[in-house]
Amino acid sequence: MKTPIQFKLNGEDVAAFSDSGANLLDTLRESIGDLTVKGGCWQGTCGTCTVLIEGAPRLSCVTLAESCAGKSIETVAGLRRGADLHPLQNAFMEHFAAQCGYCTPGMLMAAKALLDRNPNPTRENVVDALCGNICRCTGYEPIIQAVLDAAGGDSRRRA
Amino acid sequence: MLEFRKDIFADERDDNLIEIGQPTQRQDILGHVTGTSPYYDDHRFANLLHLKILRSPHAHARIRSIDDSAAARAPGVKRIIRAADVPVNLNTLLSLIQFGKDDEPSLANDFVRYKGEPILGIVSTSERAALEALALVRVSYDQLPAVFDVEEALKPGAPSVNPAYPKNTFEYYGKYDHQKLRFGDVEAAFKQADIVVEDRYQMSPIEHAPTETNGSIAVPDTNGRLIVYTSTQALFFSLDTSAKINAIQSNQLHFIGGTVGGGFGGKVDTLTEPLVILAARLIGTPVRYRFSRHEEMQFGSPRGAERIYVKDGVMKDGRIIARQVRAYFDSGAYTRLSSYAAVKCAAHIPGPYTIPNVHADVYCVFTNRTPATAMRGFGVTALDFALECQMDKGAVAVGMDPLEFRMLNMYRDGDMKAHRREAKNCALIECAQVAAEKANWPLRDEFRRMSSRQGGGTARTGGGADRTRAPTIAPAVAPPTAVSQRVAYERPAAAAAAPPPPPQQSLPPPPPAAPSSGSTHGAPRFSSVFGTRRR
Repeated sequence: MKTPIQFKLNGEDVAAFSDSGANLLDTLRESIGDLTVKGGCWQGTCGTCTVLIEGAPRLSCVTLAESCAGKSIETVAGLRRGADLHPLQNAFMEHFAAQCGYCTPGMLMAAKALLDRNPNPTRENVVDALCGNICRCTGYEPIIQAVLDAAGGDSRRRA
Repeated sequence: MLEFRKDIFADERDDNLIEIGQPTQRQDILGHVTGTSPYYDDHRFANLLHLKILRSPHAHARIRSIDDSAAARAPGVKRIIRAADVPVNLNTLLSLIQFGKDDEPSLANDFVRYKGEPILGIVSTSERAALEALALVRVSYDQLPAVFDVEEALKPGAPSVNPAYPKNTFEYYGKYDHQKLRFGDVEAAFKQADIVVEDRYQMSPIEHAPTETNGSIAVPDTNGRLIVYTSTQALFFSLDTSAKINAIQSNQLHFIGGTVGGGFGGKVDTLTEPLVILAARLIGTPVRYRFSRHEEMQFGSPRGAERIYVKDGVMKDGRIIARQVRAYFDSGAYTRLSSYAAVKCAAHIPGPYTIPNVHADVYCVFTNRTPATAMRGFGVTALDFALECQMDKGAVAVGMDPLEFRMLNMYRDGDMKAHRREAKNCALIECAQVAAEKANWPLRDEFRRMSSRQGGGTARTGGGADRTRAPTIAPAVAPPTAVSQRVAYERPAAAAAAPPPPPQQSLPPPPPAAPSSGSTHGAPRFSSVFGTRRR
């Protein structure tokens, strides 16, 4: 049984036919073709599949696709503006904040959710925001530094 | 920020190391931060089918019968893959380098030897349909006694795990049941030792738990070839293993990989490719075989659990005169790479220390646990943990600073190692000195002056060269002075006068001639640390 659903993905209207009971992760990857979202555990424990739903970080593998109808979803595919990378992406590159890269999309989205609501986070805020995201290459420190640096860059630009 | 000390080895390397010491960017970082790096599962194919595997719920059992008739009729099922479908259903990974016997089936057909062992595969239109069909398969088992402990597995009457190795030990060169290292006479040395430090170290299996689980997609190409997108860490190794199991030529397979979502050793075992290739060949359409997280944890091979016994004979002046190691590698039900891990372990004993009497037995043991595999220094990591715990305990036992205790026993140029190789180009003492300086760890003067050079530089005049003559049993220590035992770190000069050891079979060849003069190993290269350049 397929159900049509419609939502905003990175600002654009998208529609898909979703299997009943399908999660948002599979719907984004298989039906819509946004492969920037990665699956790691499919059981809501690793944070790899984090996307923003109405600006809040959510685990797409345990989110029913149908529950997202009419909502606004953000993924890493929407971070970039043309040739310009998001400050978080630049900071991740500069700080060597990715090794295998598989957790990176989830890390970026969790970090974006933080910076969107708190442009000047403390280290504690960053650690707290990323605590649901596992990096098995264990590169947490460069990731924390990258997020703090991106926040600083943002505030400088605004100033 | 990286610190690059050009003065270290400056007299040996004058090449301009352009990249070393400079921060640089990963070549794949742009793909990573934009989510566009091509992991194996980021390739899309029309009519992709999905392979899921029925796994043993028992650690050891005989399969009496398998009834998959209901599963075959389940919605979406395209094909059931049974043991009889696998062209070469017995393999061992290192058979590619002629090391070990084929001992592991791709799909079990008569016995299961660990919980999670693959029995049967179902290819279906979706993962969900495949899982629902798997639930309809009925397998009847006769449960058998299982063994989960390495030492229990070696006892007479223990259940035999793996028919290729009925005694539950890997066979080296077709005849040796373990790796053996003999140097000097540990028993005599233990009698001479002031203190004997002995302990048992037990590791746990560790799952690599990469964020991307193991998986692969096989896509039939034209001319009978298959393109395989895979998470493997060992692309050509997996290609050849898959070719062997499928009884096809390597050039019929085109493996695409290299972008791996975390491996750490857990993606070298070719866990998914042979069966996904078989499925794609049997059906003729693209097939994906992707581990769930549960499969990754249960069936994905972990770091092996080692049990290590270490017994050290230590003199009150801090010298270790004997070290005995007994190590058991838990290979699980099949060999995979544990045979090699045991070799690495034996080669690493007794650690980076010059010990004149060493005795080691290292076993690769089969149990009814998940087969173990590579993980970050496997074979060596656990041993180092055990040995360095021993070093701390030894230091406490003789009342020495743990770093100074280590430095006293570290390899120096010209020392004879237990493997009968002369130690050369040693710099471990200097590393320890730099580390101590960085960590503000106080070292006494004689240890700040110590050097890896032949004879030990300032700290081991007289005694150092003698250690190259091991396996002489260490001579009796000079009686401790009234001042303090703790300053008697010099190798006793009396050692040079010790009678030559009686001839025995295990005598190592005499050490090679001393290097020509002008050699400047050791502390001189670290002049920036201490401000003086000693030649």
